[in-house]
Amino acid sequence: MLRLPPFTYLAPRTLEQAVGQIGEAGPEGMLVAGGTDLYPNMKRRQFEPKVLVGLRGIRDLGRISGTPAQGLAIGACATLAQVASHPAVAEGYRALALAAGAVSTPPLRNMGTLGGNLCLDTRCNYYNQTYHWRKSIGFCMKKDGDICLVAPGSPRCWALSSTDAAPAAIALGARVRLVGAGGERVVSAADLYRDDGMRYLSKAPDEILVDVILPPADGWRSTYWKLRRRGSFDFPILGVAVALRSGPGGVIEDARIVLGAVASRPVVATRAAGLVMGQRLTADLIGRVAQAASEPAKPLDNADLTIGYRKRMARVYVERALRELAGLPYDGAPGGAR
Amino acid sequence: MRVRVRVNGAWRTAEVWPGASLLALLRDALGLCGSKNACEQGECGSCSVWLDGELVCACLVLAAQADGREVRTVEGLTTGEDLHPVQRAFVEAGAVQCGFCTPGFVVAVVDLLSRDPDPDEPRIREALSGNLCRCTGYQKILDAVRLAASKLGGSSP
Ligand SMILES: Cc1cc2nc3c(=O)[nH]c(=O)nc-3n(C[C@H](O)[C@H](O)[C@H](O)COP(=O)(O)OP(=O)(O)OC[C@H]3O[C@@H](n4cnc5c(N)ncnc54)[C@H](O)[C@@H]3O)c2cc1C
Ligand code: SF4
Ligand code: FES
Ligand code: FES
Repeated sequence: MLRLPPFTYLAPRTLEQAVGQIGEAGPEGMLVAGGTDLYPNMKRRQFEPKVLVGLRGIRDLGRISGTPAQGLAIGACATLAQVASHPAVAEGYRALALAAGAVSTPPLRNMGTLGGNLCLDTRCNYYNQTYHWRKSIGFCMKKDGDICLVAPGSPRCWALSSTDAAPAAIALGARVRLVGAGGERVVSAADLYRDDGMRYLSKAPDEILVDVILPPADGWRSTYWKLRRRGSFDFPILGVAVALRSGPGGVIEDARIVLGAVASRPVVATRAAGLVMGQRLTADLIGRVAQAASEPAKPLDNADLTIGYRKRMARVYVERALRELAGLPYDGAPGGAR
Repeated sequence: MRVRVRVNGAWRTAEVWPGASLLALLRDALGLCGSKNACEQGECGSCSVWLDGELVCACLVLAAQADGREVRTVEGLTTGEDLHPVQRAFVEAGAVQCGFCTPGFVVAVVDLLSRDPDPDEPRIREALSGNLCRCTGYQKILDAVRLAASKLGGSSP
């Protein structure tokens, strides 16, 4: 049996209350939204907070407002099911709708939130295990130990950013609003992440992600492709988000390509995106862009399936995503389908 | 701590510890053992119940979070000895082997058919993609969904 460790649960009704409570709890406190990441982790003793501040009771955090023409604000506690099925998200920010709809399973998408997904803990085969499993094999530095079991000589942790929504949000140029005791700030979704499996977020632990702000969708088209073993339940072992803005005659005026689950943070493939700028998408160009985009992907042996396969599939999935947006024939299907 | 939850139409009160899940509340405190406890970490769907009308995994909801809210479990589908049409379809299609996953599948199918009375195959697969079955190989469960849809008046055979 997996039991939660003891804690006190607080259910603030307003953001101000929540900021006060999480500040007061200090290092003993953690925020929780849907709990679909945190509770399993607590049951496996990856976290043992003494105080939990639950965000779901704060009405304002659940809202989705705006239009694709003006831009959209999605409250951090909007559920993944709401994000995936919202008409304005589907219309203007398709990559995000596909990514949200590809997370976990239908009941978990009714519970899990967009904010929780963006703040998802990084993952590793040696970490996402029960306490007993980790104890038997020897603890690693992400929790309870002092070495990395994947790269034993390494001074750092290489656990993988495994959120589906983050690559999509970054490709769409999203920003996130953070509120803490020190006030409010807005950062780009890309800047929310650090290349460190342990301290993977740039925000302070007591800063609350309040909403995700999407820019006007004018002229942008986007998609999200997800690789995993099963067509459900599984976290991504590769996520590819692509957003393109094309001008007259199909010339690409702006492009963003972002890879998920290949490093401790989402990887923005800037050089690859640069190759399509000012060009028309041809099969040949797409092949070269996909090659360039997959170069920064350097998988380690800490996720499902083999390293070589995951590395090869980065190229294949970028190619498929670009072919889909270019209207060329492609294998497979976007989103989480298999 | 004391929680008060409306379960299958009736308000129930129970004393639980702050870390108790909704699943523990239902099974251990209220004696409703239809929802099964298997993985306790969102990996199987056998604990699925409706919370305010939405299907959730009861193993990952705190009992405290359900306080004052409406819960519907597999026990709430029928009264007395009569089976719900979806349950009958599972029996008739041979979709039950050990039966451990069955309550989770049944509520997922009821949920699906309430939103889409005549779902096509991809839609059925998607709706059941949060439930694992170790015995049946799923084919007969898919048969049961089609049978249930026809019993409930959808047009599938
Ligand atoms: C079986 C299973 C399969 C899964 N598959 C996937 C998958 O395929 N892809 C995927 O991306 N995820 C997956 N998940 C993880 C999880 O369900 C989702 O990422 C979900 O969106 C997390 O949201 P939540 O609200 O439940 O987060 P929580 O568990 O409540 O929180 C997660 C983390 O974010 C922090 N947090 C939450 N909200 C905020 C906020 N507003 N501000 C600041 N910090 C916050 C919490 O403190 C915690 O550290 C899976 C989980 C399970 C159990
Ligand atoms: S990458 Fe290394 S330190 Fe990080 S969780 Fe895995 S084994 Fe532990
Ligand atoms: S027991 Fe809840 S999903 Fe398995
Ligand atoms: S019938 Fe045994 S797990 Fe499904």
